[in-house]
Amino acid sequence: MVTTTDQLLTVENLGIEYKVGTEWKKAVRDVSFSIGSGESLGLVGESGCGKTTVAMAIMHYLPRNGRVSEGSIQLAGREIGELSASELRRMRVNQVSMVYQDPGKSLNPSIRIGRQVADVFELMEVPKDEWDGRVIDILRKVQIADPERVVRRYPHQLSGGMLQRVVIAMAIASEPELLVLDEPTTGLDATVEAEVLDLISNLRAETGTSVLFISHSLAVIRKMCDRVGVLYAGRLLAEGPAEAIFTDPRHPYTVGLLRSLPTGELSRNEAQLDTIPGTLPPLGAEIQGCIYADRCPIVQDVCREEEPDLVALDGNRFSRCFFPERAPDLPRVVAPDPPVRQRSEETLLDISATSKTFEQEGSPVFALKDVDLSIRIGETVALVGESGSGKSTLAKVILGIHVPDEGAVIQLGEDVLHDSLHSRSGEEIRSVQMVFQNPDSALNRRHSVRRIIGRAVQRLRGLGRRGSHDRARDLLSEVRMGHQHLTAKPSHLSGGLKQRVAIARAFAGSPALVVLDEPTSALDVSVQAAIINLLAELQAEENVAYLFISHDLNVVRYVADRVAVMYLGRLMEVGTAERIFRGPHHPYSEALLSAAPDREEGTRIRLKGEIPAASDPPPGCSFQTRCHRKIGEICETVEPPLTEAEPGYSIRCHIPIDELAALQQLVPQE
Amino acid sequence: MTRFVLRRIGLALITLFLLSVLVFIGTQLLPGDVGRRVLGPFATQEAVDDLNARLGTDRALIVQYGDWIGGAVQGDLGDSISFSRPVSELLGRALRNSAKLAVVAFVIVVPLGVFGGIMAALRRGKPTDRLITVGGLSATVIPEFVSGIVLIIVFAVWLDWFPGTATPPPDSSFITQLHHLILPAIPLVLVLFGYISRITRAGVIEALESDYVRTATLKGLPRPTVIRREVLRNALLPTIAVVASQVGYLIGGLVVVEVLFNYQGIGRLLFDAAQKADFPLLAGGVLVVGAAFQISMLLADVAYSLLNPRIRVGGKA
Repeated sequence: MVTTTDQLLTVENLGIEYKVGTEWKKAVRDVSFSIGSGESLGLVGESGCGKTTVAMAIMHYLPRNGRVSEGSIQLAGREIGELSASELRRMRVNQVSMVYQDPGKSLNPSIRIGRQVADVFELMEVPKDEWDGRVIDILRKVQIADPERVVRRYPHQLSGGMLQRVVIAMAIASEPELLVLDEPTTGLDATVEAEVLDLISNLRAETGTSVLFISHSLAVIRKMCDRVGVLYAGRLLAEGPAEAIFTDPRHPYTVGLLRSLPTGELSRNEAQLDTIPGTLPPLGAEIQGCIYADRCPIVQDVCREEEPDLVALDGNRFSRCFFPERAPDLPRVVAPDPPVRQRSEETLLDISATSKTFEQEGSPVFALKDVDLSIRIGETVALVGESGSGKSTLAKVILGIHVPDEGAVIQLGEDVLHDSLHSRSGEEIRSVQMVFQNPDSALNRRHSVRRIIGRAVQRLRGLGRRGSHDRARDLLSEVRMGHQHLTAKPSHLSGGLKQRVAIARAFAGSPALVVLDEPTSALDVSVQAAIINLLAELQAEENVAYLFISHDLNVVRYVADRVAVMYLGRLMEVGTAERIFRGPHHPYSEALLSAAPDREEGTRIRLKGEIPAASDPPPGCSFQTRCHRKIGEICETVEPPLTEAEPGYSIRCHIPIDELAALQQLVPQE
Repeated sequence: MTRFVLRRIGLALITLFLLSVLVFIGTQLLPGDVGRRVLGPFATQEAVDDLNARLGTDRALIVQYGDWIGGAVQGDLGDSISFSRPVSELLGRALRNSAKLAVVAFVIVVPLGVFGGIMAALRRGKPTDRLITVGGLSATVIPEFVSGIVLIIVFAVWLDWFPGTATPPPDSSFITQLHHLILPAIPLVLVLFGYISRITRAGVIEALESDYVRTATLKGLPRPTVIRREVLRNALLPTIAVVASQVGYLIGGLVVVEVLFNYQGIGRLLFDAAQKADFPLLAGGVLVVGAAFQISMLLADVAYSLLNPRIRVGGKA
């Protein structure tokens, strides 16, 4: 590795350790990469692989228990670890800026936005009378429509997307040479994510800033970066041009990651997702040989004895593997054959005329409005929409957690369910269960797995202690977990295993319907694939129906039989997954679909403004304030009904379906 | 904001009402025959009846309560049985004394505790931190009568730096009064320092680890600015609540210190009233302490919301 002058950032043989108890454990070892002027490098990898640690070392802001143990980080030729406190400060002011996840937390809650942005100009020693003007300019540059108003706001008064723009504005205000972006769009809605990514691309094109982009999302990295480094357990396993890494991967790990992702038109009725077996080695584990050997399907004896070097394959791509040429033909870990499902036309759940109005500071908030939806036995219905669209409220109404307004009917099979959970019979509760997004907060961390599942069995099945333990054992096998986990506490399980326990718990009473609220979005892609496969298998075995809430449209397309699109508490479009994704689309769905990061450049539809407050919905069609296909006054005055435009397909729009097709110039998709 | 304050005042009034009912039950109802309790088992029934009639304790309970609370609202808490003086006058003087002692203690302990907490947080895990946290915690568990006696023996008896009593001669100057109050304030400082420094330390550490402090640091703000503007502003909010919650203790709960240092504060007065079965004084005193507590909590809440824009400015605009 030669340091050349045109490299802005050079990281060489970087090793980082964390102190756990009294021991220093290696979190990152021997990582080398460089970023040239104007270049963008992406770091991908699953959680715990050291991406953020590397970024923080570059910013010289490791946590208190972390230290750079070896190697060097040079920015513009200067060793970061050797800078004095004031030199480091100058560097942060002028040369390098960072944006990270969760913009709601990255701004000081008790200081106005304007003042926080002005700091940057103060530090740049801009004369004080220019601050206000410069703040407004920079906010305008990140496409904040009304900067004069925004500067007077406190962070809690702005939406997540707006806050992330403010953070980006602060980061680019000094025109830094290097911009470090650590999951800048994770947690944002797809439409907002698309806008933020566009903004970053435009700013880059304009200023020529170099970028280090960290993300767990392969699609985002592919869209945003020239080169990509794949990190695994603190090791760089592959590096190369983004296109090459993603279209022709030459490391078994990269191949495994890409295969875990549901993409394109694949449906679970066609093939199971492939996964990566095993789990990440624990922090600081001393492993002889290749660090990936334990999970590699093509592992050989040599892999366990010595560690491969990061070898050049052709000029500018590298792979830390003895057999890079075999990686593309990696044998599948999971057989592709999908589990055989019994399909039924019989309706299981039917909700009609369901509205839910909350009271907030005396004024009504219309969280759900006139929702009619049915789910068949053994079917998966996906619910999509931006945050605030009412997806979770609908789920909670079905579960009986929220009591719907009068007139709503929730029918399960022959019976009309009681509104409130408290008035539901044991049988009613048993038949509708839920799996949450975050298993960490959904499982009692003090209880053993046996107790968590056993309790659910006792309550839902009315079994005694003995019987419940036997059943817990069976359930654990059903979610493909070994009996050795029965005595474990959730804190000793990985995220994927925890989610399996949560699923086992939901299945304790053999439910007819399970509500899955973003069940995989907190999980890494390989784990997500395994969970999705598991859910598909369980559905085939138990003939259970799923209401699947997700913002990841690729996942939805893969798992769903039918899709319902929600906006501002209303159903905008309901149809089979194939039909919804094929189009013609509701204008809102059209925008949502176009926002996915793996969409082609230039096809994205920009939505105007933000989702209106549910306490103050616009008159007429609820989407009219942001609709790019608005046809005129009728949209502003009359709310279109949800009408069945084709058999099994309903849409809420004033534009006739064939006109929509013409407008969207639908060519059969690739 | 106004709405918040009004609602908060309403809640305080409800609490005070409930307190007054409890106090009334505790001091007028539970003793049974008030006249008998005051005069003792050997008094004639005639004298007891006479006293009950004089005190009004022979009337229906609801009438008694209405009478008592009606007077209390106008500042008339009846007459003390043992001192034969209006309760409000006795309480007024004791309250002034208690407030003086509380102010002295606060002026010493709040800056000390906050500063100690900040230092401990900034030097987390280092000897300074251990000294402050362990020291503060140890001081908290020393009962006031132990520290008070030690202080009197060392500083008043041996060294003779401070007077052994907290009560200054009549009409003494501010300095003399202060001189008398420092020694009795120290046991209170010892008790409170641990609380205040601990909560400050926790707040500062939480702020130091927050993303917004990271943002500020990575912007290139100098460390002192980061600490002053980003850390303290958010970290001291919980401290305010803790400090305010100690006002009630300082106003009404200092029986031991006031007795030990021979000081006429409310704690001591209540203690005397309880001993002498002086029910009107006891009832009035408890009510006043409750009111002082409520007012300090109210002020703390208002201060808290003034410093916290999430409450001050409300939700999304």
